[in-house]
Amino acid sequence: MTFVGYLVDAVSLGALYALIAVSVGLVFGVLRQINLAQGEVMAFGAYSLWIMRALPSWLAILLCFGICVAGSLVLQVLVFRPLRGASALTTLIVTFGVSYGLEALWLVVFGPEGKPVSMLIKLNDTVVGGAIALRWITIVDIGTAAVLLIGLYVLLFRSSLGLRMRAVAEDFSIARIVGVRIDRVVTVAFVLCGASAAVVAVLETVQTPLVTTTLGLSLIVVALVGVVLGGLDHLARATAGGFIVGFVNSLLGSILPEQQLVFVTSLTFLFVVVVLVVRPAGLLAPRGAGAERV
Amino acid sequence: MRASLSGGGEEGARSSTALLDVADLRVTYGRSVAVGGVSLVVHEGEVVGLIGPNGAGKSSTLLAIMGAVRRSGGDVRLSGKRLSPSRPEEVARLGVALVPEGRHLFASMTVRENLELGRLARGDRSPRFDDREVGQLFPVTEEFRNQRAGLLSGGQQQQVAIARALLADPDLLLLDEPSLGLAPAAVTAVFSALEHIRQLGVAILLVEQRAEMTLEFCSRSYVMVGGRIRFEADRSTPIESVIVAYFGATSTAASEHER
Repeated sequence: MTFVGYLVDAVSLGALYALIAVSVGLVFGVLRQINLAQGEVMAFGAYSLWIMRALPSWLAILLCFGICVAGSLVLQVLVFRPLRGASALTTLIVTFGVSYGLEALWLVVFGPEGKPVSMLIKLNDTVVGGAIALRWITIVDIGTAAVLLIGLYVLLFRSSLGLRMRAVAEDFSIARIVGVRIDRVVTVAFVLCGASAAVVAVLETVQTPLVTTTLGLSLIVVALVGVVLGGLDHLARATAGGFIVGFVNSLLGSILPEQQLVFVTSLTFLFVVVVLVVRPAGLLAPRGAGAERV
Repeated sequence: MRASLSGGGEEGARSSTALLDVADLRVTYGRSVAVGGVSLVVHEGEVVGLIGPNGAGKSSTLLAIMGAVRRSGGDVRLSGKRLSPSRPEEVARLGVALVPEGRHLFASMTVRENLELGRLARGDRSPRFDDREVGQLFPVTEEFRNQRAGLLSGGQQQQVAIARALLADPDLLLLDEPSLGLAPAAVTAVFSALEHIRQLGVAILLVEQRAEMTLEFCSRSYVMVGGRIRFEADRSTPIESVIVAYFGATSTAASEHER
């Protein structure tokens, strides 16, 4: 595989991280809460695919969507609603705790060894062999992420529901005063997060057909770093930040010699630290960033 | 002349035909009392002023009517129906629109989007006016339709803010210091727009610091000092007696503040 091949792979992984980052950005936009538990919804979805391994793939994927959306809504009610009005830092810590708790729960329920899921395994076949070694899953990753992100953009900027979501993101109290039913907007945000978690669970499981307890936290922490890098306050920039960190992470993983692979995460974080020292508002924030958020 | 000290007189003024009926409203922030038992009524189509010095609790009264700040006591009814103390979105949908102090448009959105959000609270009621009438009343909303609201001048933003509230087709419009920080010409424009709104039959509760202008504009005005209504005046009330109410109680307000 050549450098071009690595680049394509990195774009594909970046696309997955963008999907995770957009979920975190969406919840932050609407509620000013940091949703670290999103990772465990993805893990929950991935485990559900293992549980449903005997079902036809299409049915398992469909059910996985329902399961992730339900999980996301349950977390909304049990964790996020009671935290309304709390500081972003509080929500970060609480959802971090929830994530660890759920990770322990997966360990108890599913055990320490990975659970194999051989769903849609053919997507790992190569489309173009040789130097680029392009796999179907890479195309599916990039295509799915692009379609979903464009769909979200259309929802936010071309629909009445999106207008209401942007209103809540810009000014929670005034949105309520003009009559935006806040609970509906929040519900929609968490439904979208659940759906995005299902997409990531499916795509991630196809690429890495072994579901482990650390799946959620390992993805969400990197995505969160991306969100902060891009700018937590702005959905498009947060998403782009998620993409960049995923991209860098993947590229480092491909080009570093094998014995130095342990440094991938450290190097990614080093990159982020340097960026944040130079530009504390985020890599992508304009100088003297304004009030706009979504 | 119907100027009476508040208290018993107000109880008498409350009647079953009241559009807005606020009884013994209280708002406290921590230990400080912002609104200490306010009772007032606004009848259908009536324009009522709420004047008083800075820190009198006027804004808190409006926000508490809307359900946007927690009430620590009292009751707010619209046409006899109790308004939610904590869900401003439902209060808005029942026909109360608030133009908050400082306008608070969605700055990153266009004027058109701001107005579209205004229409949200309208619900299924058939509006008493055409949307085009609002455009004629506030030409700014047509001229800068696709402009970001945050880029407009203060006076223009105030017009958009009032238009946004009006598009909800409210029965009651709550206005918090619409003239604050505006140039004299913009103040005149705002008040002439309010005159048109009055003619549409929308009841208005107008909070202002410009006492004389408000007394002149409203059919009745409450004078609020130190979290309480001290005085009720109408157009024929001599301004001197209002000033006496202001100053007589300002010292009280100051001492309450220091506590």
